[in-house]
Amino acid sequence: MLTIRAVGRRFPGGIEALRDVSLRLGAGDFVALLGPSGCGKSTLLRLIAGLDRPDTGALDWDEGHALGPGDAGFVFQDATLLPWATAEDNVFLPLRLRGMSRGRAMPAVRDALAHVGLGGFEGARPRALSGGMRMRVSIARALVTRPRLLLMDEPFAALDEFTRHKLQTDLLALWRELGCTIVFVTHSIYEACFLARRIVLMTPRPGRVTRELASTLAHGPDTRLDPAYAALVAEVSQSMERALEAG
Amino acid sequence: MKAAPLLFGLLALIAWEAVVRAADVPPYIVPGPVAIISAFAAAPLSLLAALASTLVVTFVALVVAALLGAILALAMSVSRLAQAAIQPWAVVLQVTPIVAIVPLVIIWVGYLVHSPQLSTLITLVVSATIVAFFPVFANTAEGLASAPPELGDLFRLYGGGRWQTLGLLRLPAALPYFLTGLRISGGLALVGAVVAEFVAGSGGFASGLAYTIQEAGFRLQVPRMFAALVLLSLAGIAINLGLGALARFVLRRRGMA
Repeated sequence: MLTIRAVGRRFPGGIEALRDVSLRLGAGDFVALLGPSGCGKSTLLRLIAGLDRPDTGALDWDEGHALGPGDAGFVFQDATLLPWATAEDNVFLPLRLRGMSRGRAMPAVRDALAHVGLGGFEGARPRALSGGMRMRVSIARALVTRPRLLLMDEPFAALDEFTRHKLQTDLLALWRELGCTIVFVTHSIYEACFLARRIVLMTPRPGRVTRELASTLAHGPDTRLDPAYAALVAEVSQSMERALEAG
Repeated sequence: MKAAPLLFGLLALIAWEAVVRAADVPPYIVPGPVAIISAFAAAPLSLLAALASTLVVTFVALVVAALLGAILALAMSVSRLAQAAIQPWAVVLQVTPIVAIVPLVIIWVGYLVHSPQLSTLITLVVSATIVAFFPVFANTAEGLASAPPELGDLFRLYGGGRWQTLGLLRLPAALPYFLTGLRISGGLALVGAVVAEFVAGSGGFASGLAYTIQEAGFRLQVPRMFAALVLLSLAGIAINLGLGALARFVLRRRGMA
């Protein structure tokens, strides 16, 4: 759906966040952008979302794939909910900004909350929710417009490991069910290997794509114990180490 | 633990009375608590009337300062031009000692308003407003810019316009800041009302507590001065606690506290 061609981005102050980055996104992909901090993975995500523009290179959307409002959902590292609004109102926000009335939006809002396992929490304010539940609201908010593309910027990095594992499993189920494209930024090798079909390695200074690995991991109830998962983690770790040494 | 400040205050009062009596300090130098209470009891209505008049000035000034501060902060947040135009003047107002402005305010208001009673009231309100303006203004301005940038991104992503961002994000985010500013401004409005009255006198307008303190001072009625002072301090405490309670009430209802 998208071809990123030789994209570069330099911030005022001279920091070169991205240099010569090329990548193709296919419809239905689950891509992890993996790398240490400062490798430009978040910058790349913002470029894809249209929140920022490249200095050089281009993002070419395939015919009929260009993003309109609501075609992309964005999930940040923090849940970034409106603290004064209920879960329902937070999820309603994207539709509200597009001028949809509350009554017309409610079925979609309820549906999105139910999808992330928060049915029954419509009236709860963020303060009353745990970190994991807040992140679920944030994901529901991103899903409520039925986006073709879901962009996630280290969404689970601030959560405890048990909550993170649960959310990772649930995210995979959502991806399979909804069939949207997901670009998932992470600095966790385990997370990238567990979730993604394509793992894109990025290295810093300047930020660039070094390598891409494909995952053929078959997901079952105990994927984390699967030797194939361990092998993939080892392979990605070694590639990352080599890439960092070479850089 | 909660009773600690009360208990300490009570002990201090007892010690104060004891020292005054033991050393035989004349009440026109340092009156004891009993003398102060008797001074209040001797003329409670005149003191309470003075308190009421000071509170009227304080309250009106606070309302005007809150409206003005919020509106100007809002103007600054939607327009860079307004920000460039307003910001330096707000700082000028803040750093200029109010006592130095009051004589000017007296002249201008006296020129514009001919009824002496009204002109004094307006002078006091204007002066107190100037003192009270800055905290509510500065806090609201900060609050309007306080929403995390990610939320700004989110609004942009979904095509939220400038007014939607203002109404759905920046204004609600500014509310706790506004309330904090209001609380600080409340105390300052009282200070401003008193300072302005010291400078302006209260010719014509029902005299407030500052005038009471001055007048009692001229007559060496030191216990009455103390009584007026105690009322002022109680008023300050009440304003502070009241606005604090208001802030807690509002923020709890909004799920933000």
